Amino acid sequence: MKVTEQDVTYVAELANLELTAEERTGMLRDLNSILAYVERLSELDTSDVPPMAQVSDRYSLDESKQGSERFAYASRKDVPEGLRKSLPHSEALANAPDADEEFFKVPKVIER
Amino acid sequence: MQKRETTARALTEAHYARIKHEDGQIGAFLTLSKERALGQADRIDRMAAEGKALPILGGVPVGIKDVMSTRGVRTTAGSKILEKYIPPYDCTAVARMEAAGAVVLGKMNCDEFAMGSSNENSAYSPVRNPRDLSRVPGGSSGGSAAAVAADMAVATLGSDTGGSIRQPASFCGVVGLMPTYGRVSRYGLIAFASSLDHIGPLTKTVKDAAIVLGVIAGRDPMDSTSADVPVPDYLAEIEKPIRGMKLGVAKEYFGDGLDEEVRQAVKTAIDKLKGLGCEIVPVSLPHTPYAIPTYYLIATAEASANLARYDGVRYSHRARGVKTLSEMYRRSRDEGFGAEVKRRIMLGTYALSAGYYDAYYLKAQKVRTLLTRDFEEAFRKVDAIVTPTSPTAAFRLGEKSNDPLAMYLADIYTVTADLAGIPGISVPCGETREKLPIGLQILGKHFDEATILRVAHAYEQAS
Repeated sequence: MKVTEQDVTYVAELANLELTAEERTGMLRDLNSILAYVERLSELDTSDVPPMAQVSDRYSLDESKQGSERFAYASRKDVPEGLRKSLPHSEALANAPDADEEFFKVPKVIER
Repeated sequence: MQKRETTARALTEAHYARIKHEDGQIGAFLTLSKERALGQADRIDRMAAEGKALPILGGVPVGIKDVMSTRGVRTTAGSKILEKYIPPYDCTAVARMEAAGAVVLGKMNCDEFAMGSSNENSAYSPVRNPRDLSRVPGGSSGGSAAAVAADMAVATLGSDTGGSIRQPASFCGVVGLMPTYGRVSRYGLIAFASSLDHIGPLTKTVKDAAIVLGVIAGRDPMDSTSADVPVPDYLAEIEKPIRGMKLGVAKEYFGDGLDEEVRQAVKTAIDKLKGLGCEIVPVSLPHTPYAIPTYYLIATAEASANLARYDGVRYSHRARGVKTLSEMYRRSRDEGFGAEVKRRIMLGTYALSAGYYDAYYLKAQKVRTLLTRDFEEAFRKVDAIVTPTSPTAAFRLGEKSNDPLAMYLADIYTVTADLAGIPGISVPCGETREKLPIGLQILGKHFDEATILRVAHAYEQAS
């Protein structure tokens, strides 16, 4: 599978990146060289192998427990305030590039 | 300090003086947190003055990789996109370090979003290896490793997603420990690849690594993947004898691409462990050649999702003069992210996109199962596995920075442990003729940090 210029444009759009013309050329070259390298995975027959999305579901102190039972320790009762108090508005907004006292501000979304 | 022979404040100030003197040429620190550090030092000194017993890290000056959130102290992840970010809360691991008395001197330089193997991807400055300033300190926890090597901190916290604690530890001649996935809470760690990210210590000695692990390990309700597994007394564990222990050696970790001097040093270390009464057992990890491709598909796919949050709305850089919301997203990200981060977001987005998901992402997840089974099989026969940490000693700045694939291969002996979630430690095992440090890696079973610390400690004491 060879990545094309159109693929780069499409994927950049999905990733919310613009990229300069120069960056696109470099990306085309790098993606193709990396994908050619990862191609070696197709040498392996994995038809009977289950996918591993995370580590925790392979190990358990109690091997007799399966699936979500293994993670019972991670469940907790609902507490109205959560595990810690919500941040006050002023702190939650302190890092925003643009905000008023209550809301994050962004450029107009709907043109009319 | 307990005996009032020195004070935490004096020790902290001495470290800042050393940083001022040394760090101009090394570049290990991105931000100093003097107010916070001296406040903590004074608290420790008051405790000592009142005759109270000091906590285990009382007054110990430490550094924190800049991917861990620190309340009120700028946290950049080595990226321009977070240049002004001041977190409103503390990472659990940092909070535990401070609760145990540690004095946080500042935030350590690293590759942007922990993506790199040389620290050259930091948006602020590269870090130079204290052992040879023309060489890289490794990455991505390059600042964390360099600061310990140059005596600018007694210990640091780093993060490891594909080798980012162990490889820089090896390059700088210090100890680096990646705990089991789930051993240490990731709450407050800026996410790179959530199923692979680990927090762990970089220290001068194995004993120090054992102490720090004891402080930061254990269940945290704020991270649902942090495991409810009891934390042993690592300091007691490392003193146990290693005689009779079975250590695996896998031929796949000694193949092409391994530098001859590194091979010799690791072989000598294995002989030494044999001399200490360990039985050396050949094991096979046949899927090892597939680890790097598997890693780069899974890590980039997870990264592309995790980094979607930097949109210029809540806390990251926003481009000026934009007219629409979508233009704001794109231009803010274009300006804020560096080349390697963009490359990985693109690769991950591609691997997850319709039509390629099965061929790349799902395929990689299946191979991840095979790589993990290799370890499970091997650990039926042995207590730990010994390997080189990195195929080479520290390379020169600029040597690999134009070839992403060559850079990725620097992690060839470390990534598989991240994929399988098992713990690993790098401990110094000699030098090349050019006086560059070499690292011995010891890999262990899930939640069995005690064994690898014990082997590393015995080796360190004997060498």
